[in-house]
Amino acid sequence: MKAVARAHPLWLAYILHRISGIGLALFLPFHFWVLSLALNNAAQLDAFLTLSDLFLVKLAETGLVFLLAVHMFGGLRLMALEWLPWSPSQKTWAAAATSGAFFISIIFLMQAI
Amino acid sequence: MTPFHLYMAQRLSALVMAPFVLVHLGVMIYAIQGGLTAAEILGRTQGSAFWFLFYGMFVVAVSIHAALGLRVILSEWAGLRGTALNALSCAIGFGLLVLGARAVWAVTAGGVS
Amino acid sequence: MSEREIISVTVQRGGPEAPQYPQVFEVPAFESQTVLDVVSWIQQNADPTLTYRFACRVGMCGSCAMMVNGVPRWTCRTHVNKVLKGGKIEIGPLRNLPVIKDLAADMDPFFDKWVAAEGRHHPTLSRDDAIAEIDPEQPARVEASLGIECINCSICYSACDTVAGDSDYLGPAALQRAWTLYNDGKDADKDAILDAVSGKGGCHSCHSMGSCTAYCPNGLDPLSAIAGLKRATTQRFFRGRAK
Repeated sequence: MKAVARAHPLWLAYILHRISGIGLALFLPFHFWVLSLALNNAAQLDAFLTLSDLFLVKLAETGLVFLLAVHMFGGLRLMALEWLPWSPSQKTWAAAATSGAFFISIIFLMQAI
Repeated sequence: MTPFHLYMAQRLSALVMAPFVLVHLGVMIYAIQGGLTAAEILGRTQGSAFWFLFYGMFVVAVSIHAALGLRVILSEWAGLRGTALNALSCAIGFGLLVLGARAVWAVTAGGVS
Repeated sequence: MSEREIISVTVQRGGPEAPQYPQVFEVPAFESQTVLDVVSWIQQNADPTLTYRFACRVGMCGSCAMMVNGVPRWTCRTHVNKVLKGGKIEIGPLRNLPVIKDLAADMDPFFDKWVAAEGRHHPTLSRDDAIAEIDPEQPARVEASLGIECINCSICYSACDTVAGDSDYLGPAALQRAWTLYNDGKDADKDAILDAVSGKGGCHSCHSMGSCTAYCPNGLDPLSAIAGLKRATTQRFFRGRAK
């Protein structure tokens, strides 16, 4: 017997939140360790940071930024769903407005600097 | 700690982090313009009480949040229960806290350990 | 009448007393045939030892739910032509529950959790008092009324992956019942309800994946009911217990 069919939006949002959370939790110790190199070995930190010029590393970094953003918005969505006594359509509009504002401000930031 | 308290700790640590994550995303997009160097990062953060408090609180919140999140996943997907589950999630939380505190100290106090 | 005369039906057989195995039956297609009709045809014409459960055949009693092509469904109101894939159907016992035999799942854990979620009435008055008037338009009553059409079929319980991962989790139906009683003006012990859903496996274990609401045959929304319990327990945390 197949497992229960799951491809509906809320289930996909749940699995995306869980997987992105696991990804971030696995990345964090490495992230902390690299930064702590600054404590006694700035040259080694620089050697690591040079790696960030590589395309593959850039791609991985983009992936991490995506995980962080998707986990944050997914989490805010979850808390809105749990705690705000709004109607479903109000929540949809709030989510659309927030993500729209986020993208516009990111584009602004990328143009400004 | 009842399941409800774990739930509240998970949600409240998430709420605390939401603004931190937004600023962190913004700083990242700003910081990678023209490549990353240790000098550039440390120049921004070293000796800054603001960044010490910002990343210090961020690390405390993320240690709680990640440990509780992984606790649920270890229980549901790895079948851990009872003492093993509690011990492992405490270890994850403390491990992240120690690694994170070292990283924050490294980039804000800058080797004055 | 469909073009195909014969449906190939794979039925999950066995249980704790015999190893489980799939068995294929060739069942003639009829017009307006339901999945329950198919199962009954097999039991009456092909193998009288096939075990399954049903009662009303009209979507009232909640006893005939099974997994149909991997989805929990009420079989008496599921038309074969809606679920037929290439002339085939797979039918199994409900997920997340122990199997008694063949297609009959043991519903005990489901009903035990109904009780554990404090799904019972706490009276405000005695039989000597006049009946209290309840305005059907009042917001709490409207909220309570959203959940009262539950037929205890356990489809939401079978659809839920949180139940699959955590055997303590009370599940969508029991928690929705608790939310209904919490909003019932004639229920006297709201704190007992919130306590019951705040423990191990309570409403805070829910990950809002929404399979309960997606698969409920009666169009109920346990997901929002559980969110209501989370909101009520959180409010109680910040405001303190009533009285």
